[in-house]
Amino acid sequence: MEIFNPHSNIHFLNLRRYSIAVALVLFIGSIALLVTRGLNYGLDFTGGVLVEVSYAQPVDAGTVRETLARAGYPHALVQGLGGTREFSIRLQPRGAADVRALNQQQGAADQVAAQVIRVLKAARPDATLKRTDFVGPQVGSELRNNGVVAVIFVIIGIMIYLWARFEKRFAVAALVTEVHDTIITLGFYALTQRDFDLTVLASVLAVVGYSINDKVVVFDRVRELFRSARRADSEDVLNRAINSTLSRTIITSLFTGIAMAVLFFFGGPAVHGFAITMLIGIVVGTLSSIFIASPLLLWMGVSKKDLMPVTKENPELARRP
Amino acid sequence: MTDFPRWKYGLVLVVLLFGILYALPNVFRPQAAVQIQGSSSNPITPALQRQVVQVLRKAGTPDLESTRSGDKLLLRFSNTDTQLKAYTALRDGLGDRYVVALNLASTVPGWLRAIGANAMPLGLDLQGGVHFLLQVDAKSVLDQQMQRYLDDVRDSLRAKHIDYDSLNRRGGTISVVLKTAAARDAARTLIARNDSALQLANGASGNGRYVLDATLGAAELTKIENSIITQNLTTMRNRVNALGVSEPVIQQQGATRIVVELPGVQDTAQAKRILGATATLEFHPVDQSADIEQILKTGIVSPEDRLYRMRDGRPLVLKKKVIASGDEMVNASSGFDPQSGQPTVNVELDSAAAARMFDFTTRNVGKNMAIVYIERIPEVKQVDGKEVHTSKTKEQVISDATVQGVFSKNFQITGLTQTEAQNLALLLKSGSLAAPMNIVEERVIGPSLGQLNIEKGLLSVLLGLGLVLVAAAIYYKLFGLVADIALVFNLVLLVAVLSLFQATLTMPGIAGIVLTLGMAIDANVLICERVREELRNGSTPLASIRAGYEKAWATILDANVTHLLAAFGLMTFGSGSIRGFAITLAVGILTSMFTSVTVTHAITALIHGGRKLKTLSV
Repeated sequence: MEIFNPHSNIHFLNLRRYSIAVALVLFIGSIALLVTRGLNYGLDFTGGVLVEVSYAQPVDAGTVRETLARAGYPHALVQGLGGTREFSIRLQPRGAADVRALNQQQGAADQVAAQVIRVLKAARPDATLKRTDFVGPQVGSELRNNGVVAVIFVIIGIMIYLWARFEKRFAVAALVTEVHDTIITLGFYALTQRDFDLTVLASVLAVVGYSINDKVVVFDRVRELFRSARRADSEDVLNRAINSTLSRTIITSLFTGIAMAVLFFFGGPAVHGFAITMLIGIVVGTLSSIFIASPLLLWMGVSKKDLMPVTKENPELARRP
Repeated sequence: MTDFPRWKYGLVLVVLLFGILYALPNVFRPQAAVQIQGSSSNPITPALQRQVVQVLRKAGTPDLESTRSGDKLLLRFSNTDTQLKAYTALRDGLGDRYVVALNLASTVPGWLRAIGANAMPLGLDLQGGVHFLLQVDAKSVLDQQMQRYLDDVRDSLRAKHIDYDSLNRRGGTISVVLKTAAARDAARTLIARNDSALQLANGASGNGRYVLDATLGAAELTKIENSIITQNLTTMRNRVNALGVSEPVIQQQGATRIVVELPGVQDTAQAKRILGATATLEFHPVDQSADIEQILKTGIVSPEDRLYRMRDGRPLVLKKKVIASGDEMVNASSGFDPQSGQPTVNVELDSAAAARMFDFTTRNVGKNMAIVYIERIPEVKQVDGKEVHTSKTKEQVISDATVQGVFSKNFQITGLTQTEAQNLALLLKSGSLAAPMNIVEERVIGPSLGQLNIEKGLLSVLLGLGLVLVAAAIYYKLFGLVADIALVFNLVLLVAVLSLFQATLTMPGIAGIVLTLGMAIDANVLICERVREELRNGSTPLASIRAGYEKAWATILDANVTHLLAAFGLMTFGSGSIRGFAITLAVGILTSMFTSVTVTHAITALIHGGRKLKTLSV
């Protein structure tokens, strides 16, 4: 079975003005969102208390909220966990005043969880505790810093590898598209205000890995075509590289997407965020492989002579007949 | 034949066999069990085993099998209901001489375990339990250490009759003010000889004040800090063992933190009492010359003394000098005094403290020695909107006893109730904590949630695998089926390697497995697309296969190395569950490179080798 015409020669690079413009708009939009709305950091990063309860009988989230408000937790965030019997309750400091209020009322943060359960059980005896989390704020901020360091470390490591294996322009193109993919994925989280927790951070790094995987395949073909072509017109070579890897790019994305969709629908709330990030990352990464990476290479002026095997520059070898 | 070397078939077979063997233990689900742990003073005897059988018969919960190994007796049960009933019955029936705990017994056959094949341990999110992150407070230990040096310096100056004006400590610096330069030189030589760890420096001189400053060197400080965390880790391990939890995780995280994970435990309060409280003892001489009423009235205590309270509130003045402290204790156990029948705690000191104890008791028979029980209770306070972790120190004199004779290494503490003696011995037996710790993170996962996560995780892996298998078979036909075999092989191999490393399986780890399954097929897509291309370019089928694998390999290598870099990046900032994900991803990339390339190549060579082919099913 073949979905893609093997002889397709879509002129992707002709679209480069539009594709880069769209990418720029998305990129700047994402940054604007990140600056204005910011990420809705989960408990792992902000510190605070999370309680998950399940009820034997269905219950309304509003009722739970009310019960908690009456007990002195007006800021408790109550969310249903897919159904009307399971809820997550978060008491997360949103500013210094909140921290003070929370603690003055109830003492140490790690006792709040016990108190919440007592309150809920008093109102509805069929409430049972599924899990509780208490994270100290300094642990959270450390994690956030480590996460940023990890992302930078990974991107730089990949750049160095590509610089050595390919050429500096490829490294730069990879860096730019990586940053683009990461920022847009984060932008989605800023837009939807979905919980940004440790698992999501891990998946953002996995997106970096996936997306670079995709680019390297295209770059590899670019290198191969440049080396084998006798008269290499850069634009033509880049376009051919995209076209000949097109079916692979899309089929792999499709297969990985299938696996992630399964995780999204059947994996439960613990890996929900992970699956969503990956799905977005796969789409963004695939598009940037096709529409952004190569135009960048073209603009930076990649040519045949940059990619010829290093041995040619070895004078020892060049002298030989 | 084909161009696929014969030794590679051998390699594929060996790896396949390895994968199946080491992945196999994960099929055996662990069995509900109860563990009874004895000790050297309360060993597991045939009499106890008979008693256990009786208790179980009375409760109507017979065990399936009981196995004894050393101090442990493991009873297996058919389900968790009988396990829980039996647990309650045994805990009440056997008394507190034995630690009774819920456990999970491995059902992996002995021959598998003999070759080191074990099931992957499950993370807390898959089996329920509590997770603590503890912050070690090294400062208080350093303070204590400096106080001990101060006492040492004072003792040696007095022993050599070197007059000094004052001797005090500010932070990590001990300052001695001497009257003459000659005295300072003498003191300097003396301290340098007695306490070589101290670095000495002359301070301000003149006007009859000659200052000598002593501090701990940087190397010495790191040494102390390192030993503090190691000692705390050991202590935690012993304390957790005392709780009788099966397969606990106690690990250092970063420079000053310790992770404690207790699977199966739901009662955080009890776990916290054992982990969080830091009880230690200090032995002080009682200052019997002090006028307590005068001190209570004026509040002025001699600089060498301190006012303490007994448990009943009675005031008592002790000298600040510490004869021995909790971390110098080698062992502590509860028992009964053979003569009076009173509960006692038997204490054994290390040699340094024993020497000091001998020194003290020789000169002070008939005088009193008090034991101060110091308990630190972690607290969280708000200062300027920031959480500040402090700890409240509760100091009580738990015994004010007359020194009955000269002793050094071994002695008994009396004057406790039986429960107090047992509690104290439990906390002290595990070695008293070198430094107090605060809980900075706490997570509790209910057992039902764990079970649900396992089911969902398993479903996702199988369904994800199934769909990718079907998609590949439809799109690439025979080559797709070959890739499918490799993908299943990859899953087996990934599980085998993770089991061999005993990597903990968590929910993010399962997500990593599903992701790996999705991405592992990438190499096959690359190969298949290449083979198709070669065919289109007019190559013969066999040449297409060869060229397809050859040309795809460079790409696969580059793509996987960069991907591996990302996985390593994740690993370096390792919080437990994320590390699990990163390790799964990294191992998955490596195994998939083998299965997607070598294994599929082997199978393809087997199918197509030596035949005249007109077309390829790709």
